[in-house]
Amino acid sequence: MKRVNAVIVGAGAAGGIVAKELAVAGLGVVLLERGKWYTANDCRKDDLRNQRTTFLGNAFGPEDEGNPRVWVDGDGGLHNVMPSEGPYQNNAACVGGGTFSYGAQAWRYMPQDFKMRSLYGAPEGSSLEDWPITYDDLEPFYEKAEYEIGISGDYSGTPYHGLRKRPLPMPPLPPGREFGVLGPAARRLGLHPIHIPMARNSVPYNGRGPCMRCRWCCGFACEVDAKNGSQNTVIPIALNTGNCELRTECMVKEILTDDRGRATGVSYFDENGHLQQQLADTVIVSGCATESARLLLNSKSRLFPNGLGNRYDQVGRNLQGHQYTGALGYFDFDTYDDIGPGADIAICDYNHGTPGLRGGGMLANEFIRLPIHTLDRLPNGTPTWGPAHKKAMRDWHRRTIVIIGPTQQIPSAEARITVDPSVKDKWGMPVVRIQGNCHPHTYEIGDVQAERAQKWLLEAGAIDTRLLSQAQNAEKATHVPDANKGGPHKPHSGLIPAAQHQAGTCRMGDDPKGSVVNKVCQVHDVDNVFVIDASVHVTNGGFNPALTIMAVAFYASNALVHNWKGTGFRS
Amino acid sequence: MNMVRTGLPSRFGAGGWKAALEMGLLLRVLPMQSSTKGGALTRRQFVAAGATGSVAAVIGCKSGRQGNWEFLSDEQAGTLGAICDQIIPADGFPNATQVGVLNYIDKQLVRPYRRHQDAYRDGLQKSDASSRKRFGKGLAELALAQQLEAVTAISSEQPEFFELVRSHTFQGYYGSPRHGGNRDAVSWKMLGVPEPPVRGRAQYDLGKGPQS
Repeated sequence: MKRVNAVIVGAGAAGGIVAKELAVAGLGVVLLERGKWYTANDCRKDDLRNQRTTFLGNAFGPEDEGNPRVWVDGDGGLHNVMPSEGPYQNNAACVGGGTFSYGAQAWRYMPQDFKMRSLYGAPEGSSLEDWPITYDDLEPFYEKAEYEIGISGDYSGTPYHGLRKRPLPMPPLPPGREFGVLGPAARRLGLHPIHIPMARNSVPYNGRGPCMRCRWCCGFACEVDAKNGSQNTVIPIALNTGNCELRTECMVKEILTDDRGRATGVSYFDENGHLQQQLADTVIVSGCATESARLLLNSKSRLFPNGLGNRYDQVGRNLQGHQYTGALGYFDFDTYDDIGPGADIAICDYNHGTPGLRGGGMLANEFIRLPIHTLDRLPNGTPTWGPAHKKAMRDWHRRTIVIIGPTQQIPSAEARITVDPSVKDKWGMPVVRIQGNCHPHTYEIGDVQAERAQKWLLEAGAIDTRLLSQAQNAEKATHVPDANKGGPHKPHSGLIPAAQHQAGTCRMGDDPKGSVVNKVCQVHDVDNVFVIDASVHVTNGGFNPALTIMAVAFYASNALVHNWKGTGFRS
Repeated sequence: MNMVRTGLPSRFGAGGWKAALEMGLLLRVLPMQSSTKGGALTRRQFVAAGATGSVAAVIGCKSGRQGNWEFLSDEQAGTLGAICDQIIPADGFPNATQVGVLNYIDKQLVRPYRRHQDAYRDGLQKSDASSRKRFGKGLAELALAQQLEAVTAISSEQPEFFELVRSHTFQGYYGSPRHGGNRDAVSWKMLGVPEPPVRGRAQYDLGKGPQS
């Protein structure tokens, strides 16, 4: 096949942006994606088969068959797990990646989130570190992402955010009923509620219409294409330049290197399972934290016996996600309005600044619930079956509010991805093995966050509450696996809450011995291989990571294009 | 062919079952047992109707299938139905089997839930044995009050199996109608949430079988 300037592995949040930026700059690009290209018409509104409630599988990949992983539990036991099971830590596998079906909260991290170690010091046993770049470095690229992807919302109600040069390009959607219940209560508590920034059209934008506000939102494709991901924004632009070719259902096997240790391209299995090679001047790995690490580890050669970029055993370490904790409130009036996306109010008052806690997280009301979600949200003491359970479903489905949020994890080097020595996927490649957990302080922060959520609900008039924190949920049977969140979890169970917010496995840093890529996402060892996705996040903020993944992708692409010299790359 | 998924009864309107029957379309609908809707056939009625028509021949053609189910035997279906109907009994609203929960579970047991086949075979056999030991009769033959007692016993004797059935019953009752349960979105109506509007042909694979 024709040699190109750049081959990009993975057409998700980051890969799509890199493809667009390079193609627009005139580079020849091949974008490889292991999944399919779904469209808005593929929204099946299927409560049992989507990316969030996965009883019958993932709607947008990967399929349960042929894509196993191995999870190592807290006692060292090995489990083969399927993509629809929680310990798999799944993200989607399709064009757009997670952004095709995500909830689409589009937060900027705070300036403090980039210097966690300086701010708090690293607790013993953690690998807490500062990013080598700052919020200010990323600010122009946050803005670029907000305008090119299309974000609605309004930050003006809170002082808790980094400096912004422009407001968001779209106003927030009109608030739902929960906003009306929670907003005044938050202000009475001295908090600063705002409209959640969302990658979702609130007005016509970018050639597509606004949200129609149905309840099949987080975890689903948007039927009216009002949710903005890479598949309906940057990737079409990349293709339209004529410089980018997208190949779907192509699974990359390894990064090829020459005898001088430079990458020459990738080998991949095409849609018919045939092994192909794509030669390129530059290889960009954008496969998400688990799969990007796996690809580097599977790219072994004489010069890289432990995998590409893994000279110092850093690839795959510091796996992070988010510990979700909060509280459920029960009300004596209908809080449910059947208007999506449901999540619309948030506070950032608790992300930083609590004595004794190294950080915190944003708290928001939960996305609109489906009946199947309510099964897990009945009051404590409700019988688990029989007439009382059925009555409780009727009593409470329309009368609960969930406030929950992502606690910023304190990373640990022992939470890591390796490749399994024996289990292979359907292509015969060693699969991801996941082990370890984030630092236990994370769970202490999460429990405080849960109590804060509870207090907010009580102020809003809840007649009863239930904490969604580690202690309360440790022994509770979960018959609704929430693949989106991966939590709340029992600490030390070995099950790290990572899943769709997975990050950290190819850490960005100045020191090659403690990181995998430099500050422009270039692998320390190999100057023409880049990792550009959440893998490079040093810490993962107390927010949904999508917008930061996008901002980093714009930032790294900018550096790559700037340093491009003909068919070679010099940094 | 997948009629249940696309909500056949409502598409064919009241009395549409009969029309569908004549078109020979109802194979997948067979295991749905009874329905609360007027105009729907009970399974027994259907089998009786089918026996006189060409549909019966088609049923006979499907090898490896016991009775009217894809996985379950009629006997297993009776036992499972009794458990499901204790998990979600009828009150002002239908019980589990009335909205097709058995149909849901049966369908999934030959699709994504193939991995649970052994658990069901074993669990249902033990459940029936437990009932016979306690009451001298199979679970399906007991009166409702006795079934409650028997199912309570099963929930402590076989906690893992019961948890599996409980979870699947809830999925079939509260999940999407497209998978064979929650017929006519009965549970959604019970909870006061509207059904999704049906839009165009894009929602359906016209030439493809069901995904799950």
